[in-house]
Amino acid sequence: MKYAFSFLAVIALVLIAGLGSQIPGMPYLFGVALPYLALMIFLGGCVYRVVQWAKSPVPFSIQTTCGQGKSLDFIKHDRLEAPNTTAEVVARMFLEIVTFRSLFRNTKSEIYDGPQITYESSKWLWMFALIFHYSFLVIVVRHMRLFLDPVPVWISWLEYGDGLFQVGAPTWYITDIGLLAGVALLFSRRLITRHVRFISLMNDYFPLVLIFGIALSGILMRYFLRTDIDIVNIKQLAVGLVTFSPTIGAEIGAIFYIHLFLVCALLAYFPFSKLMHFAGVFMSPTRNMKNTSRAKRHINPWNPRILPHSYAGYEDEFREFMVDAGIPVEKELAPKKDED
Amino acid sequence: MAVPKLEQLSKSVVQGPSLATGAIPTMDWMEYPAVFKSGNYAYPAKSEKVAYLDSQSGLHFPNSREWSPEDDDWKLPADWKEIILKGLKERLEKFRSLKIFMDCCVRCGACADKCHFFLGTGDPKNMPVMRAELLRSVYRNDFTLAGKILGKMAGAREMTVAVLKEWFMYSYQCTECRRCSVFCPYGIDTAEVTMMLRELLHLVGVGINWVLEPVSNSNRTGNHMGLQPHTFKDNVEFLVDDVESLTGVRPNVSFNRKGAEVLFITPSADVFAEPGLYTAMGYLTLFEAIGLDYTWSTYASEGGNFGLFTNNETMKKLNAKMYAEAKRLGVKYIIGGECGHMWRVVHQYMDTMNGPADFLEKPVSPITGTVFENAASTKMVHISEFTADLIKHGKLKFDKSRNSHVKATYHDSCNTARAMGLLDEPRYILDHIVDWVEMPENTIREQTFCCGSGTGLNTDEIMELRMRSGLPRANAVKYVHDKHDVNMLACVCAIDRATLTSLMDYWNPGVRVCGISELLANALVLEGENRADLDDGFRTML
Repeated sequence: MKYAFSFLAVIALVLIAGLGSQIPGMPYLFGVALPYLALMIFLGGCVYRVVQWAKSPVPFSIQTTCGQGKSLDFIKHDRLEAPNTTAEVVARMFLEIVTFRSLFRNTKSEIYDGPQITYESSKWLWMFALIFHYSFLVIVVRHMRLFLDPVPVWISWLEYGDGLFQVGAPTWYITDIGLLAGVALLFSRRLITRHVRFISLMNDYFPLVLIFGIALSGILMRYFLRTDIDIVNIKQLAVGLVTFSPTIGAEIGAIFYIHLFLVCALLAYFPFSKLMHFAGVFMSPTRNMKNTSRAKRHINPWNPRILPHSYAGYEDEFREFMVDAGIPVEKELAPKKDED
Repeated sequence: MAVPKLEQLSKSVVQGPSLATGAIPTMDWMEYPAVFKSGNYAYPAKSEKVAYLDSQSGLHFPNSREWSPEDDDWKLPADWKEIILKGLKERLEKFRSLKIFMDCCVRCGACADKCHFFLGTGDPKNMPVMRAELLRSVYRNDFTLAGKILGKMAGAREMTVAVLKEWFMYSYQCTECRRCSVFCPYGIDTAEVTMMLRELLHLVGVGINWVLEPVSNSNRTGNHMGLQPHTFKDNVEFLVDDVESLTGVRPNVSFNRKGAEVLFITPSADVFAEPGLYTAMGYLTLFEAIGLDYTWSTYASEGGNFGLFTNNETMKKLNAKMYAEAKRLGVKYIIGGECGHMWRVVHQYMDTMNGPADFLEKPVSPITGTVFENAASTKMVHISEFTADLIKHGKLKFDKSRNSHVKATYHDSCNTARAMGLLDEPRYILDHIVDWVEMPENTIREQTFCCGSGTGLNTDEIMELRMRSGLPRANAVKYVHDKHDVNMLACVCAIDRATLTSLMDYWNPGVRVCGISELLANALVLEGENRADLDDGFRTML
């Protein structure tokens, strides 16, 4: 049901944009007002969330060490997995963020008669995630050509690389296929893998369907409905948007507004959703802290003043036993009064 | 609660209908209530223990009462819901980890089958992601815009008594071992979540006795066993006698001695019960062999810190004794014995909570002159670091053949592995003293499996649960037991020594459990020794 709702929601968005943009005057809403609004929500929301996180301190040094810490000279230190310096932390974070290192470690457990539990390396999730995220990244970067005039040469190189396989006309970008495939794989994983299905919320299905909608509308526009749109007008609008002088020339075509509206929906949804993991991963204390907590004191800004049950109180309670047992005490026993 | 027979449980974990074995739940997870029945929960804390702790300065354990998880009515305070939500808000403001971990999870499921509780029980709510969702759903409902607007559709739910009961059940089916955090792409650490859940539950007087009684013992008598000073001394001296009768050398010991160079602190279980006793005999023998100028303390006679399983205030209060005693006795630094969660506290919390220890000196081995730079601020050295350094410098003489009755494997305890990075020092020691092999690679080092009974779950009324959650560890031991005739599971953790013993007796009879220091002392050649032929090392009955 949760995924069905997600489809319905995205279909509703498509209808709103497809029909709405055809009403005279409305292109300005869909082409100018909403993109600005969505971008503001996106930027403002992301900044707000990061500031909210940053407001809470990190009271304790809670790094997860995934390798040998630095100790004695002859014990080989795992600099990436138990970092001791800022550079080592940066390297650890870099590999985490760029190569999804923790996911690369993933294993799949099976339990057999015996009982016998096995752990097998399982790289599927890692692969799907890489395909999805990198395709998305390259596509976003490629889209910069619409906003920049003249188009920087490195974007052309990127496009050239992306279209290297020379399939179809116009040439298909490998990342377009990658994004569609990535989303489809991640989505089907949620349906098929039983434990992932059990934990999945609408919050998990919806962004995937939305991104699928964005990719699909983009692909339709580029490869199949090319005659319905006017690329020159789109470029004019895009450049206008970034120079704060947007103009919409001739009619652009409903498919463009659908694509754009879905992107706006994603931008506006972004800060309120799990998609914020893109920023959160940088701030995760188990990954971004040094394993130097015994060598250098970490400060807790709200460290409460709490004293131990005092030695004096302890000795008061047990002094007699301690003296009897020959354990040194701070205060000798009061001399016993002779009783006749 | 009787523990099922091995055959029954062996079948049940493989064929019983569970998410781990392939049964697919038919309802949404929020629809399944937590049902308490004898054997699936640890006993609630005794009212007087809670009241005692509440009376201690700096601690807050309100709402002490008699209650039972099996009752419908948990006798919660009238304003329990406000207390919980206010407590959650406070903690979101105090812990960035909590906020980030609430917001960033994408439910990719990488953690799901990494949890020993999930593997052993197949209960979907034991998937780390799900355990966190128990709290996250309430967080969404009351602290996020999407949750406030969309409610259940956005995975939000209202805080109810049923939710609270679920929190109790699953925050005490987590040993805060942090294995899931190794695999999480955002490093989400379920231990942080469980710790918060437990803190919140204590605010409404919901806690377990196996945690709070040791806490109050530690506070009052200095150790969680509740040993009073004279008993503690007696226990250690019995061990001294034993070492003497085994080796002919009588270790020199002292208690609460001012002016000693080193204060030695180890979990009190080491001087209380087998097989920890042999580990303690190992320390005594080692320190005698090198002539270390050290003292035990009866006041700071507990290395372990059950406060870690309670709330950060209690952890701080118990831990504070270590520095207070080091200062009173005027020692130069502290050496800590073999313990897992103790070392999480010492490595990651102690200096922050109770430092700076500027009255101590940077630890230097008096035998080798090695400066322990990695402990420069905390001034506390792990016994395995200290020992490995001695071996490296050739200060210890071994006769490995004295361990010929042993074929060992090594269990990394969760905390020393994942919260400290102490992996190779114990291995270095083992290489010199005993014939040993590694368990399969996905079950050791940072991927090590918990004994299944940490964080105060080492209690007999949940024995079936413990045998289930310990299965992944036991299964890896079984592998090397079958393949290499391993008969000894070595570890550096007191809880392990106690709980793995039950676990081995159940799943892998014939495999015993020991501390590294025991094996070390077995092999150690002492000056002036007069040693009988000890065919079972320090365990030999003379």
